[in-house]
Parts: sequence; C-alpha cells; structure tokens
Amino acid sequence: MVLIQNAVAWSVLILIVSGVACAALSGKVAKWVATFAVAVVGVMNIFLLKYFLDGGEYFRYSMGHYGAPVGNELRSGPLEAAMCVVFCFVMLLSIMGGRKHIEEDIKGKKQNLYYISAIFLLCSMIALVNTNDLFTAYVFIEINTITACGIILAKEGKTALAASTRYLIMSLVGSGMFLIGICIMYGATGHLLMEPIRDFVAGIDPSSREMIPVQVSIALFAVGMALKSALWPFHSWLPEAHSSATATSSALLSGLVLKAYIFLLVKVIYRVLGIKLLSQNPIFDVLLILGAGAMIMGSVNAIREKDLKRMLAYSSVGQIGYIYLGLGMGTLAGLSAAVIQILAHASTKAMLFIASGGIMDVSGGSKKFKDIEGAGKRDLFAGIAFIVGSLSMIGIPLFAGFATKYVIASAAIELAGVREWIAIIAIVVSAILTTIYYVNAVLILFGGKDNSKKPEGFKYSTEYIIAMVVFIVLNIAIGLNINNLIKLVELGFSMFA
Amino acid sequence: MKKKLNRIYNILCVIFALVFIAAMLLTVNSLPSIGEPTNPTNNVVSEKYLTDASWETGSLNAVSGMILDYRAFDTLGESCVLFVATIAVFIMLRRDEDSNPNLPTQYLNQSYEDEDDIIFKKTLEFLFPVILCFGIYVIANGHLSPGGGFSGGAIIGAGFILYLNAYGLDKIERFANSKTYLACSVCALLFYGLAKSYVFYVGANHLHSIIPVFADGTIFASGLILPLNIAVGIVVSNTVYALYIMFRRGGFNK
Amino acid sequence: MNYFLSNLPEFVSMVCFGIGFTNLLLNKNMIRKIIGLDIMDTSIYLFLAVKGYIAGTVAPIVTLEEQMVGVNTSLYTNPIPAGLVLTGIVVSVSVSAILLAITVRLYEEFHTLDIDEIIHMVREEDRRAE
Repeated sequence: MVLIQNAVAWSVLILIVSGVACAALSGKVAKWVATFAVAVVGVMNIFLLKYFLDGGEYFRYSMGHYGAPVGNELRSGPLEAAMCVVFCFVMLLSIMGGRKHIEEDIKGKKQNLYYISAIFLLCSMIALVNTNDLFTAYVFIEINTITACGIILAKEGKTALAASTRYLIMSLVGSGMFLIGICIMYGATGHLLMEPIRDFVAGIDPSSREMIPVQVSIALFAVGMALKSALWPFHSWLPEAHSSATATSSALLSGLVLKAYIFLLVKVIYRVLGIKLLSQNPIFDVLLILGAGAMIMGSVNAIREKDLKRMLAYSSVGQIGYIYLGLGMGTLAGLSAAVIQILAHASTKAMLFIASGGIMDVSGGSKKFKDIEGAGKRDLFAGIAFIVGSLSMIGIPLFAGFATKYVIASAAIELAGVREWIAIIAIVVSAILTTIYYVNAVLILFGGKDNSKKPEGFKYSTEYIIAMVVFIVLNIAIGLNINNLIKLVELGFSMFA
Repeated sequence: MKKKLNRIYNILCVIFALVFIAAMLLTVNSLPSIGEPTNPTNNVVSEKYLTDASWETGSLNAVSGMILDYRAFDTLGESCVLFVATIAVFIMLRRDEDSNPNLPTQYLNQSYEDEDDIIFKKTLEFLFPVILCFGIYVIANGHLSPGGGFSGGAIIGAGFILYLNAYGLDKIERFANSKTYLACSVCALLFYGLAKSYVFYVGANHLHSIIPVFADGTIFASGLILPLNIAVGIVVSNTVYALYIMFRRGGFNK
Repeated sequence: MNYFLSNLPEFVSMVCFGIGFTNLLLNKNMIRKIIGLDIMDTSIYLFLAVKGYIAGTVAPIVTLEEQMVGVNTSLYTNPIPAGLVLTGIVVSVSVSAILLAITVRLYEEFHTLDIDEIIHMVREEDRRAE
C-alpha cells in the first residue's frame, strides 16, 4: 500500500485528535490548532487526488486487520478525494474569512467549543464521503447533526435558538428514516458494507418479493437525506437557521453540510442499487419533481426576500434543487451533473456568505437591503466577491457555476417524455429567476450615492483579504477548467462502483 | 376557527401516521421471518465473529470483540458523539460570567440538594464504594462477560450523581470538578484515538502489530480491548455526570 | 398471514416507529417531541434486536474450552445486531440530551414549550424590528 493512501484514514483521525485536544486549550490556541489541522488535512487530500490523477486506482482501506466483509472500511477514489479537497479548503477559507465575526459573535470561553464543533463537523463530512459502511455513515451523520446545531447555537439570540430547534427536529426525523432504512437493508441482505450488499442485491430477482425491502430502504435513505438536506418542501427550517448564524457557520452549513448528505445518497444509490435498478424505483420520479419544484420555488422565495442572508439561504434551496433534479434523472449523466453541482455550489455559496459577512460589517451589522445600499463600494473585496459569486450562480461562462448549467442541460436533453420537459422547463425558469434576484442584489450593493465612505475605524484583516482573494481565484479557476472538472467526474464514476 | 384548524391538523396527523405505518408493515411483511438460522443475517460475517473473535481479539464476549476490534471505527465515532454532545450542551447551557448575560443568574449559587438527609447519606456511605466497584468490575471484565465500557461507565456515572445528591456540590467538587472532568475525558479520548490510529495503520498496511493478544481467558487476555474499555468507561461516566451537572444548574463551580 | 405471526415483533416495532415518528414530526410540544424521538429510536432497537435472535440459542459469549476446540456457532445468537444496538443507544442518548438542553433554553427565552408559538413569536419580533 502506498503511503499516501493512508491519508483517507488519517484525515479523519487527525481531525478527531485535534478536535479533542482543542477542548483542553484556550480559545486563542484552539483557533490556530483548528486552522492548522484543517490545512494539513486539505494538503493530504490534494496529494491523494494527485495520486489518482497520476493513474492510481481506487482502493479500499480496512480499518484494522480484518477487511471486508468483516470489519469497517473506508474507500477512496478520485471523486471522494476531490470532494474532500473542496470541503477542507472551503472550511479553511470560511474560518479565515469569518474569523472577525467568530471573535465578535461568540462569547469568550465558548470560542474553543466553536472550533471543536467546526473540526468535528469537517471530520464527520470527510468520514461520510469516504465511508463504505452504512452504519458508520449513521454514526457520523449524527456527529454532523449535533455539531451543525452547535455552530448555529454558538451565536446567542432568540432567532438562532428557534431556528436550530427546527433544524434539529427535521434532522432527527431524517436520521431516524436513515437508521430504519439501514435496519431493513441489514435484515434483507445481512450486510452493512456496500459492496457485499450490492453483490447480494444483484443476486435477487428484481420482480420477487425479496426486492421490496431493498427498494423501500433505498427510498427511506432518499427521503431521510432529502429531509436533512432541505429539499423543497422540507426546507422551512433552512432560511432561518442559515441566516441567523455567524458568517462562518452560514457558509459551512449552506456550502458543505447539505452536500455531504447528498454525496452519501449518491454513493448509496450508485453502489448499492446500481444504475440499472435505479429507474425501477418510483422515489426517483418524486425526487425529480421535488427537485424541479425546489429550483423554482426557492428562487421565487429568494426574489421576495428583503434580507441579504435570507436571500442567499433561499438561493441554496433552489440550488439544492439542481442536485436533486440530477439525481432524479436516474442516469449517469444526471448523477455527474449532481456531483459537479455539489462542487461548484460548495465553493460559490461559501464565498457569498463570507462576503455577506463583510458587507454586514460596513453596514452597521444589518443585513437588510435598505441598510446595505452601496456596501460593495465600501468593502470592495466583498463587493467583487459578490459579483463573481452572482455571475457563477447565474451560470455565466468562465465561472464555476457554468459547469453545472452546462452539464445538467445536456443531461436533461438525453431524457425522454415528461421527465425531459419537466427538467428543461425547471432549468430555464430557474435560470431566469436566479438572474433576477442576483442582479437585483448586485445593483443594491453598488447602488445609491454618497455612500462609499467606510465606517470609522474600519480595517480589513489580512486573513479576510486572503480568504476573499483565494475564493475568487478558485471560482474562476474552476470556471476556466470545466473540461478537466467533467473529466475528473467521469474518471471518478468509472471507479465508483 | 383556530380550534377547528387544530382538529383538522390532528386528523391529518393520524391519517399520515396510519399510511406510514401501513407502508412499513407491508415492507416488513416481505422480510424473512425471524428466528430462522437460514436468514440472510446469519451469514459468514456473524459466523466469523463467533468462531474467530475469541482467539483473534482475545475477547470471549463476541459483542465486545466486535465493537472494539472489528468495528472499532464505529465505536470511535460513537465516543466522539458523546464528546460532541457534551460540547453542544456546554454551548447551550453553560453559565459563567462572560457568557449568557441575559440569562437569570440566581441559579448560580443555589443548592438543590437536601444536605441533611441522614438516611440517604448513611446508605450512600455504604453503597457508593459498592457501585464504584461494580462499575469497575463491569468495565474490566467487558471482554470476558456481559458488559463493557458503556454499561460500566453508565453505572459509575450514576454513582457520582447519587453522591452529588447526597452530599452536595461542594463535597463532590473536591474530586470531580471541571478540571478533572476535562483531564479525564481528553486523555481517554486521545488515548482511544491514538491507539486506534496505530491499529488502523498497521492493519491496513498489513504490518505486524506490537500489541500482544494472549487469548487465555484472563483479564489481560485481549490486548487493546481492556484499555479501550477503560477509556470508553471514563468517557461515558464523565459524559453522564457532566450532562447531569449541566442540567442541574449550568456548569461546574470549580 | 403466516408472515404476520412469525414477524410479530417486527410488526410491533414498525407500529411504534410510526407512532414515534409522527409524534416527533407533528406534535407541537417540545417534551412530547422528545418522547416521540425516544419511542422511535427504541422501536428501531427492538427491530434490530429481533433481527439477531435465532430460536433456541444463547448470548454470544463463548467459553474458554470452546475457544480451544472451536466454537459451535449454532449455539449462539447473532452478535452484530447487539453491537449495533449498543452503538445506537449511545447516539440516541446524546441526541435526547441535546434536545432537552435546547428545550431548557427555549423555555428560558420564550416561557413556552409550544414550537408553533415560539416560531410565531420570533416572526413577530422580526416584523417589529423592520
């Protein structure tokens, strides 16, 4: 085994150990430990990705001396590595960009608790991306839920409290569904690792009675993950939870947490059921319709918002819709579109939320449209980042978001019948609506007269500038390399099963 | 109007519940019937745990062997769940000078325990060592008999809660305060994480592990399982006690 | 019908799951929601525990003599569901603790346990702020 292959397990273990160590440290030290640990894990995953790009095959990493089907296992391939790289760096940049807000919003002794939660959040997401075992996935889903709740609640306030209550309840319903799905799957197949389950499922006659529990448990996984990732119409908790938290938390929740669940769902669907059996499960028609509904309704709600962060949160609802539209298509092209959207949206939405933190800073802490007029001129970094993010979300070429629009449109054309029409109408309508509210927001940010003077005593922090610049460069870099991104995803799916 | 809406809402709830239950019952109906040795759940995996766990891990209790060796990653995650849960409860409930200025502070120095209850005190004087010994026995024999870190840790945590109720916070904080809590939990989890990192590393790379497994039915028979059980026990008992303290009045005094 | 009788514990656990699930999702009182969550989790553990049962067998703790000569696997129940239940119980304890902590905080801030009322209060406050 090549040394770099250990990076899969080490990323999780390093984060666990540093997270635990942070509990014994003061807030100031914990901050550097957290940043350093996330950076180390990110670099390790870059090397892992390079290993795959240089022709390395996917591999399974047994946690202990006993491999499949007896022990726990991790499994990594190009897709998983790319996902981990994006997660780590978005996390790192969000922590750096939102540092000032963390220090202002979170009271003294609770700061190290915040960093512990953030580290365990990343740890659970990396474990979810890499795990090959359904029950491990459940355990880390719960870690993810708890820590996500923790980073919302770290900021005091009634709205955050009520929002995180709703978030937690929805999440727990979702994980309950996931757990009962695992139990039924285990009862039907007798395995918890994905490959043995797939082998067992492949041996069942698709029309026989033994197939019912498998299909139902896949449906339960899909519904559970849809609840946890705020698929419309289960999204009602999302806008408040994402807009009431501190800037870093909003970026992490909107950019990463939802994506980790969806990637897990992609994995379960693709590895356990296989692409051939997918079209037999009616739940995917439901996902397609709900995805299309989310794309339109999320955007409609975003247009009606008069609050920047809530608008961004509703925009997340719409963008999650693209992912579920891709999943619901039930084709390989659709799944690739979903994965590309995960990567593109993670990097863009985190940037937008961090920029909105900067915008709030120069607008007296308010996020209402009437107070942030001209804020883009007061904080140019945030303004430019917001423009780049908006263009990316709208789907202009040269920016990251274009990749999704391109891939999902070509996937939609390959469909047939009503599904094709639903997909195409949803894509077109959503594109128009998205353009409306993002252009509106950019016009407000740069509109107004005589409002380009910075508030007294306002100073950029170096970390914030670095984070913003890297976010912008990253977005344009992804936008310029769409072909490579698509190739990477194709390579990933070829090794995925 | 509101009452009417509420009633409709309730009826809808019941219908929803019935439909959901019916769907699940239909699913369960297609599962293999229970108790049969030929079911898919009784496959090579469970056979392997039963036949090989006792000499591969040294644990006669197949469940302990499974959760602390074959599926140790799950259990590591599970200990982390306990840890992050206490962290999240700390974030919500901890009250000290610089956090939550809006919350009522009159609870801070209030005593909730009846410290003059002589019967309770005298009983616990006898029971507390017994509970501790029982907990330690359950933890230490986790690989030989039913039990293990989770059950033993819960017993010890319950013992501490009883002690607190009998003697009051000042007495118990002489040995169970925030510093000892933090030191014990962090050390136990760090040990757990690092020890398992080593095992995962040698396991995945097919190296020889330096940890000896005697598999002779004694208390040291099982290599890492005994220390891991102890670490889990410490984490669980700490978590149980810390959760109680947080709900009681929002934190340790010392 | 044969299946109904032989799968009775699974049926019971599914009915309990539905009850708990609906309570968690649709009841307005926080404490009842938490009770619903616990019913739901417990029913899943019942389901799992039943999965491990094999008629006429005992708990999977082998003796030292058997370790020497080889274990007769047909004497013992399946150890996997037991381990999963153990893991699951710990997770559900943590989650209940967090929900209870949130409930404590909600009561301190809003003086009610009704989640609808709480959401209503938050919205009112937002409207007043504008």
